[in-house]
Amino acid sequence: MGHESVIFIQVGSVLLALSLLSRLAKRIKQSAIPFYMTLGLLLGAGSYFPLTESREFLAIGSEIGVVILLLMLGLEYSPKELVKNLSKNKTTALLDALLNATPGFIAGWLMGWGPVGSFILAGVTWVTSSGVAVRLLKELGRLSNRETPTVISVLVLEDLAMAFYLPVLSAVAVGASLMEGVISVSVAIGLVTAIIAISYFWGKTISRFFTTTNIESLIIGVAGLAILVSGLATEVKVSSAVGAFLVGISLSGKVASEAATKMRPLRDFFGAIFFVYFGIQTNPADIPPALLPAAALAAVTMATKFLTGYLAARKNQIGIPGRWRAGLALTPRGEFSIIIAGLAVSAGLNPNIVPFAATYMLMTVIAGPLLARLPDLPWVKEKLGKAQLRLIQKTMQQ
Amino acid sequence: MGVRVERVDLSGIGFRDDIITAEGARLGVLTHRDGSREVAIYSAEDPDATAASLVLTAAEASALAVLLGEATLIDQLSKISDTVPGIFTEHLSLPADSKYIDAELGDTHARSKTGVSVVAIVRELTVIASPKPNQDLMSGDILVAVGTRAGLDEFAEILSNTRG
Repeated sequence: MGHESVIFIQVGSVLLALSLLSRLAKRIKQSAIPFYMTLGLLLGAGSYFPLTESREFLAIGSEIGVVILLLMLGLEYSPKELVKNLSKNKTTALLDALLNATPGFIAGWLMGWGPVGSFILAGVTWVTSSGVAVRLLKELGRLSNRETPTVISVLVLEDLAMAFYLPVLSAVAVGASLMEGVISVSVAIGLVTAIIAISYFWGKTISRFFTTTNIESLIIGVAGLAILVSGLATEVKVSSAVGAFLVGISLSGKVASEAATKMRPLRDFFGAIFFVYFGIQTNPADIPPALLPAAALAAVTMATKFLTGYLAARKNQIGIPGRWRAGLALTPRGEFSIIIAGLAVSAGLNPNIVPFAATYMLMTVIAGPLLARLPDLPWVKEKLGKAQLRLIQKTMQQ
Repeated sequence: MGVRVERVDLSGIGFRDDIITAEGARLGVLTHRDGSREVAIYSAEDPDATAASLVLTAAEASALAVLLGEATLIDQLSKISDTVPGIFTEHLSLPADSKYIDAELGDTHARSKTGVSVVAIVRELTVIASPKPNQDLMSGDILVAVGTRAGLDEFAEILSNTRG
């Protein structure tokens, strides 16, 4: 067999398997991400069917996957929305960072991963998967619920925080001296701020570069710009993911909404490759030792995430059942945790971080959606309803 | 008649408008980015949760808006007459044996004989706003008429004229 034909046979089989897994996940109403990653685990080095020939191809596909995932995330928001959200929910954003990044940092420190490794794990535990959370809200018919805007604003602010966190991490991960580190971190933050400011004031001008009458040209052009900027961003040590996110934010109006709907198939395709490739990169033998600490960290950070959502909802005058729904819907972690852990690989850090992050993320992405359904169970509903009643009676007495 | 409408942004999804009714109920209208709508009614025990919701496409939403819009148009007309002394609005149903069934509105000579204006015709679930004189009348129609007390009484009498 020729080299090329082997690549094609492998990639084709992987894609077919992914397609079946996606159907299976949909049938049992679960996120497809854990299925994709598990398939990847079976195909990586040290597993039963190691893919070697097509690894390079899948690696590139996965890189494009990150770019498209972040581009699409950026397209969902306009810079004006981000700024408005930030000024309205500063305390929630701060609370979210404190409650959820700290346990990750401490855990990293305890496992002896050093400051950079701990900083990476802080990011892994910090961010909820907006993709999984929003899909969950849709499936559970909660989009019109009154606590939903609170949940969404937490997701938006985390995505914005990532626009700063990722370049800072890339700068830190290079592992230069303290002085060099400070310089590259400030450059990264300055660059991101400048780009957000430019798109805040001149977003319409950037969008005018594209046409909405020719969809073909629009899709190719927007994807091209995102990949180009990602390349440039990597060149200046700002992560490629952030470059793509900023491209998404700077496009606005009809160009953004058309691109967001028309590029969805592209995201699903490359997104699937991204998750399967992350599984391939992870050595299955590294997972068993990570199981216990990852489970402990997952339990702690799902509790802190629940608390974040609960408190944020309480601040917005939501009743007790709504606070529970908001808190539990935020517990699943996802694509960002993986992207962050991926940066650890490219920075050549402690190789234990990746299997640990993968195990941790799989646990939350499986348990989170199950927990989120709890407040809809009749007996839980009754309990929460009674708690709400007591709360009302208490406030009436005062 | 101030109605409280609250708007909340849902970044990446769309926005939601809430109307709080006089009875204290909350009606939410979620507008997705693609123009589809979700009309939600909130649960009585848990006012933050939706008890029922109805998904409408952009086209269905505008059909519903037309229905509600025409109904409110009539309400507003009644209000105008309330504010002008001596002018009344009345909903007159066309009697089943009226000689004007299958005739045109102009045949009643409402305006020239009684000074009454027919501002709308309610036919089953639809509303014909500002009908022209050549508008056909059908059995079961309700005519929304504006005029003086005497004029409206006269007009009601004309409508009840039977054939022959």
